[in-house]
Amino acid sequence: MYETAMRILLIEDDREAAAYLVKALREAGHVPDHAVDGEDGYAQASTNPYDVLVVDRMLPKLDGLSVIGRLRGEGVRTPVLILSALGQVDDRVAGLRAGGDDYLTKPYAFSELLARIEALGRRGAPNAAETVYKVGDLELDRLAHTVVRGNNPIVLQPREFRLLEYLMRHAGQVVTRTMLLENVWDYHFDPQTNVIDVHISRLRSKIDKGQDTPLLHTVRGAGYMIRDGAR
Amino acid sequence: MTALVKLFRTTAFKLALGLLAVFVLAAGLGLGYVVWKSGRVVQEQVAAMVDAEAENLMQRYRSDGFLGMLQAIAERASQPGSFLYIVTAPNGAPLAGNVGTLPPDVLDKTGIRETQYTRLGANEGPAPALVRLERLPNGSRLLVGRDLSERNRFAEILASTILGGLALVILVGLAGGLILARRVLVRLDGMTDTTRTIMAGNLSGRIPVNGSGDEFDRLALSTNQMLERIGELMSELRQVTDDVAHDLKTPLTRLRNRAEEALRSARTDEDYRATLDRIIEESDALIRTFNTMLLIARAESGAAREAMSSVNAGEIVESVAELYEPSAEEAGLKLDIRAAPDLVVHGNRELIGQALANLADNAIKYGVAEGSSGGTISLAAEGDGDRVRFVVADNGPGIPADNRARALERFVRLESSRTRPGSGLGLSLANAIARLHGGTLDLADNAPGLKVIIELPRERGEASE
Repeated sequence: MYETAMRILLIEDDREAAAYLVKALREAGHVPDHAVDGEDGYAQASTNPYDVLVVDRMLPKLDGLSVIGRLRGEGVRTPVLILSALGQVDDRVAGLRAGGDDYLTKPYAFSELLARIEALGRRGAPNAAETVYKVGDLELDRLAHTVVRGNNPIVLQPREFRLLEYLMRHAGQVVTRTMLLENVWDYHFDPQTNVIDVHISRLRSKIDKGQDTPLLHTVRGAGYMIRDGAR
Repeated sequence: MTALVKLFRTTAFKLALGLLAVFVLAAGLGLGYVVWKSGRVVQEQVAAMVDAEAENLMQRYRSDGFLGMLQAIAERASQPGSFLYIVTAPNGAPLAGNVGTLPPDVLDKTGIRETQYTRLGANEGPAPALVRLERLPNGSRLLVGRDLSERNRFAEILASTILGGLALVILVGLAGGLILARRVLVRLDGMTDTTRTIMAGNLSGRIPVNGSGDEFDRLALSTNQMLERIGELMSELRQVTDDVAHDLKTPLTRLRNRAEEALRSARTDEDYRATLDRIIEESDALIRTFNTMLLIARAESGAAREAMSSVNAGEIVESVAELYEPSAEEAGLKLDIRAAPDLVVHGNRELIGQALANLADNAIKYGVAEGSSGGTISLAAEGDGDRVRFVVADNGPGIPADNRARALERFVRLESSRTRPGSGLGLSLANAIARLHGGTLDLADNAPGLKVIIELPRERGEASE
């Protein structure tokens, strides 16, 4: 589903987990490399142009946060996804403060990891800087706070607007429920029931209802994606 | 014998021994002074008597002359228990008296002094006496004295009585010390026995309390309270372990059954795929349960305390309400939001948000009024003096008063809710989060329905958000 392959460096000391991830990332169309410890990972990351780094927090020789700290100190701005078995709020804060861009707790679903890697890899892509997002005939104006499908204006609640904005910024990418909760509501816990689904179905009824081509799709077992169905 | 040695080693006995030593020393010094002083008093009395007798004889000398005095001496010297007398010529030769021998220098100096003597014609050895020597105008010397044996005997009797008394004191003191030591030892042995049984694994042992309210009783009481608390914690832990085992066994069994079922009867790739999807869903639910348990443990240990800041209570209520509003509507429930502005608590927005989300989640799951399809869920943040009160209330069947305490325990899902999805951890997590913030979580009657109230300390000042 991805047209551009990303170069991904995985710094992870658990060889079995790493082998599984490398295989899965390759199958998803990316080009993963693997480093087994902090020093090796730091050396590779500082010399090769990766699109995304996936860094385990607990690593031999040099721990994950130190690797990120060193890279950031040298001006390496490659997006970093931190993987951690320490899954609580304060750990997340520490990880992001150290220079990480996203944080994922083990155990995780591969679909979640992939979605987050791809979201990170698209950072700095044209979409983020644009003031108007377009997917098919759906247009969202970030400055005017207006949404138009074809010629019909759509009225959205502020939170619905942010939801759609986030989905459209990552158009063509899978966005998971937890990513939505984190980025739209700024909460990092796991919503217990289908709260996000209900929000999505509301949004869907506003933008897709009565349209020939639905734009907002459910990706089974992963999350949601907004894309131009005609393409 | 070892029991006695043990007794001797006790602090109580050593203390008693020390006190006894101090007491005996003090008593010895005091009584010694009494002996010495009474000896002095007797001696002074004797000296006064000797002085008076000497004066009397001198008087006689002055009125009746030397011979008159000698005559008086002769009369008095022969009476029993009399004074001691010697009269000598100027050259020192004895002229009259009842004293046999005297140390040679006694007759050389005038004045009063103590000396040894033997009575004339007596067979006893020398005895102590107090004597006074006067030089008479005619050059002869007069010695008047008094036997001191009685004084010495008195002193001896006194001393021996006192020593006997002291011996008695020491004896009684030692016995008392031993008895005291034994009493202490018995109580301590009671404690030691209890701790041994506890060490052996029987946590029900309690230290005996005799109701005297002494320091041992107080120690025993507080130790027993501590044991009580430890026992509670242990059984809580056991309960949790049991619950974990039980509640995780169910989904694990389901997981296994699904896999088995697929192996047995799945025909197409489609079938396998569907089963695997369901298995992944089940595993995710399990992982969620584990994460929640970890989070509760972390909250209870206070580990998340460093990640706290000033957060706006109303904002949290509004964002959670906003998150759950579509779900509530879908369940046919009206959502009533009352969030007072400018309520600040020192806390963790994530955790408070999660607590409220759990409560909102429960309210939506269980908040539909019985026999109808509607109801209202209210979410509120309100200030009350120095407290901030979060309220999540519904119109559902509620929880009977006697079940409320149990509802806060881990994994407890009250019968009415067994059939619905959920880990049974939501309320306990909210409770743990409330306590982490130095607050409380209470369940109350919403008449009808359940009202969950979280009270946190209010922070004065402006929110940073």
